[in-house]
Amino acid sequence: MQSSLLLASASVALIAIGVPLLLHLTKFLGPKPTHSTAKDAPYESGITHLVGDANERFSVKYYLVAIIFVLFDIEVVFMLPWAVNLRELGLFGIMEMFTFVGLLVAGLLYVYRKGALRWS
Amino acid sequence: MDAIIIETLIKIVVVVLIFSALGGFGTYFERKILAFLQRRWGPNIVGPFGLLQIIADGIKLFTKEDIIPINAERGIFIFSTLIIAVAAFTAFVAIPIYPQFTVFGYTVRPIVIDVNVGLLFVMGVMAVGMYSPLLAGMSSGNKWSLLGAARAVVALLSFEVITGLSILAPLMLVGSLSLIDINAYQMGGIDNWMVWQQPIAFVLFLIAGFAETNRKPFDLSEQDAEIIGGYHTEYSGMKYGLMMIGEYANMFVVAFLVSIIFLGGYGEAGSIVNGEAVGAWGGIWLILKVAFFFILFVWVRAAWPHIRPDQLMWLAWKVLMPLAVVNIVITGIVMMA
Repeated sequence: MQSSLLLASASVALIAIGVPLLLHLTKFLGPKPTHSTAKDAPYESGITHLVGDANERFSVKYYLVAIIFVLFDIEVVFMLPWAVNLRELGLFGIMEMFTFVGLLVAGLLYVYRKGALRWS
Repeated sequence: MDAIIIETLIKIVVVVLIFSALGGFGTYFERKILAFLQRRWGPNIVGPFGLLQIIADGIKLFTKEDIIPINAERGIFIFSTLIIAVAAFTAFVAIPIYPQFTVFGYTVRPIVIDVNVGLLFVMGVMAVGMYSPLLAGMSSGNKWSLLGAARAVVALLSFEVITGLSILAPLMLVGSLSLIDINAYQMGGIDNWMVWQQPIAFVLFLIAGFAETNRKPFDLSEQDAEIIGGYHTEYSGMKYGLMMIGEYANMFVVAFLVSIIFLGGYGEAGSIVNGEAVGAWGGIWLILKVAFFFILFVWVRAAWPHIRPDQLMWLAWKVLMPLAVVNIVITGIVMMA
């Protein structure tokens, strides 16, 4: 197990190094970059006098979704080992997890009633 | 030990080569199938049946001038293209892409590393790929990229939960996170496929797969009329190419996962001898299943319009998520009964 995990991480590192090498080829093959005001400006369908910039704040709804995601995804991660070991845990395990799922559903209902999932 | 390292290195090179090539062929087949569905010719000039179009596109991408807009955060801008491609290739490390076979008396296991939490590994690595649209959009210095990133990330986050919940019910039945064990659970022909036991989980996982790869009904991050190209508006040359390869490789990851978890993987009637999958037939069946899901991706793109962001959120949180929870509860009750 130890060695296979080591191999896994080594392979991840290898791929992470190998793929950027592809990217660097374009520097040797492609033309030398030239610069001009219009070319370096952000793409706006040809409009050079920009209105506003990209430092806009996100709406708070996005952060709400992110927070709800963190809660529910951690719950999913918590349920994974339970699901794998369900046969050994038996009836007791399933009752415990149903309580947990009940809390999860209650949380979802609360979020729903609060209007955090309303998008219009 | 040395033999294992050399074998692993060879496998990694083969996996990366195969799947970057598949990414290229994916773009060709997508165009060709779309053309067929829309009664066009599709690519047919370069080479026989336009097959060399991929090579022409590759040469074009490699020889493009490398433009980085002046507002962009250079480092993050470059780095974010790598994340999606690296994540997609890394996911293949734990996926059995073919059944075990023997060449010259040497048994080859076509999985780079048989991690016993393979599914968790794949899902985790795919979740890392989510940083790519976020960082790309935020570092481009372009309003439309930012909007595209916001949409993409919210969609990916929502459907990440659906993926996790929908996969729980099959895991309860199998009792293992290893993709090989999940495959072995469905050995013995079409009757043992997971899709018959877990139809709801299958549908949920497939829908979430479409959303996680930003495919058509859920491709909010890329709409020409509203936000130009979304988070990759500012990318050009091979940076754009890497993002495309990453997206297509992701489609193949999802296709492999669905085929292995729900459609029996490489265990297939006709390839079973003494309870073990042998020979090339199982592998060919797996390739056919993956091809089917790839065609399904393209077919859906041709057939359906995309939906609005609020409809997407409604679908994820108010329809699919309660369904997934109900599916888990029902599976638990049936298993205990």
